[in-house]
Amino acid sequence: MSEWTLFEVFVRSKHGLNHKHVGSVHAADAVMAIEHARELYTRRNEGVSLWVVPSALITASSPDEKDPLFDPAEDKVYRHASFYELPAEVGHM
Amino acid sequence: MYAQLVETGVKRLKTLEEMSEQERAFQEKIDAEIKIEPKNWMPDAYRQTLIRQISQHAHSEIVGMLPEGNWVTRAPSLKRKLQLMAKIQDEAGHGLYLYSAMETLGADRDEEVAKLHSGKAKYSSIFNYPTLNWADMGAVGWLVDGAAIVNQVVLQRTSYGPYSRAMIRICKEESFHQRQGYEILLTMMRHGTQAQKDMVQDAINRLWWPALMMFGPSDEHSPNSAQSMAWKIKRQSNDELRQRFIDQTVPQLELLGCTAPDPELKWNAERGHYDFGAIQWEEFYEVLKGNGPCNQERLATRRKAIEDGAWVRAAAVAHARKKHNKNAA
Repeated sequence: MSEWTLFEVFVRSKHGLNHKHVGSVHAADAVMAIEHARELYTRRNEGVSLWVVPSALITASSPDEKDPLFDPAEDKVYRHASFYELPAEVGHM
Repeated sequence: MYAQLVETGVKRLKTLEEMSEQERAFQEKIDAEIKIEPKNWMPDAYRQTLIRQISQHAHSEIVGMLPEGNWVTRAPSLKRKLQLMAKIQDEAGHGLYLYSAMETLGADRDEEVAKLHSGKAKYSSIFNYPTLNWADMGAVGWLVDGAAIVNQVVLQRTSYGPYSRAMIRICKEESFHQRQGYEILLTMMRHGTQAQKDMVQDAINRLWWPALMMFGPSDEHSPNSAQSMAWKIKRQSNDELRQRFIDQTVPQLELLGCTAPDPELKWNAERGHYDFGAIQWEEFYEVLKGNGPCNQERLATRRKAIEDGAWVRAAAVAHARKKHNKNAA
C-alpha cells in the first residue's frame, strides 16, 4: 500500500449543491480512487457525483495564520448589509 | 470497548500551573469544547494516545469482520446473506474511516497494521470468541454492535476533530447492524423450532459476559482513564457505559423471551438501574494477552489476507504506471 497514493474525496450530495469533503482513500491511481470512494462514502445514496484529488496537491492555510488571514475581516462591518440603516418607508431591500 | 486499556504514558495529571504555555492553551481549548484539528499543536502524549486508541478501534472493525465472515456461505436465506454481506462491508468501511482519521496524526497505516499482525497492537477482546451457530449472527449484531453503539455515541463528542467526525458517520450506519441482529433473534424465537430457540439462548449465554467486558475494566482498575478524560478523548467511564448498556438491553432480552447467564441480574428500584453479577476479569486479561479461543486464528487470517493480496496491490500499481506512461506518450 505504501506505493499507493492518498486521495481526498469530495461528494456532491444533491444536484445544485457544492461538492463537500468527506474523507480520504488510498489507491493506485485516480480511477481506482473513484471506485474506492464509491464503495466507502456512497453506499447509501449519499451522493450524485464524486471528486478525488491527490492529498499532496492540496495547499492548506496553517491554524497559526488564522489571525493574520482572517482578523482583518472583523473590523470591516460596512461589508455587511445590516450596517446600513434605512428608513422603514424604503421597505424590504 | 472497541479500544480497551489504551495507554496514555502519563502517570499523573498535570495541574494548569505545571503546564507549559502551549500545554495550557491546549488544555483550555479542550475545556472549552473546541475540537483539536490535525494541524493544531498538541502534546506528544495526546497524539500517541490517540494513535493507539484510533488504530485499536480500526483494527477491531477489521478483525470484527471475521466472526461474521464465518457465516456468509451458510446464511439460511439469500436475504440474510445479503444483509450479512452489507454489514460486513460496513465494518470494512468503518475500519477505513478510522485508519484515515489516524493518518491525520502522522501515523502510517502500513506500520500500524504491521503492529496488529505482529501481536503488538490490540483489538477488542470480543472478536476472539467463536461464532458457533446462526443465532450468533443475531447475538453479535444485537449485543456486540449494541455495546459498540453505546460507546461510539459518546465518542462523537471526543476532542479530536477527525475521530469525532468518523464516529458520527459510523453511528449513522451502526443502528442497521443492531436492528438486523435483533430481528434475526426475534424471528428465531417467534417462528423457530425448539432447537432454533435453544440456539438463541445458547448464543446469548456465550456472548453476554464477553459483551459486558467490551467496555473495559471497572473504573478503579482503569489506570489511563483520568488522563483520557481530562483530554476528552474519552467522555464517560467504563462502568457508566456498561451500566447504560445493561439498562437498555435487559428489556430487549425479556421481549425475546430469553434470559442472561447471570443469576444476580435484577432491577434495583432504589438505584434506578439493574444490578448485575461480578465479571470474570481474569478471562478478559487472558484474552487481551492473546490467549482467547480465537486469537491465533484471527491474526493468522489477517496476515494471510495481506500476504495473499500483495500481488494484487503490486499489479494495480504496475497497471496505473503503464496507463500513465501511455497517456504521457
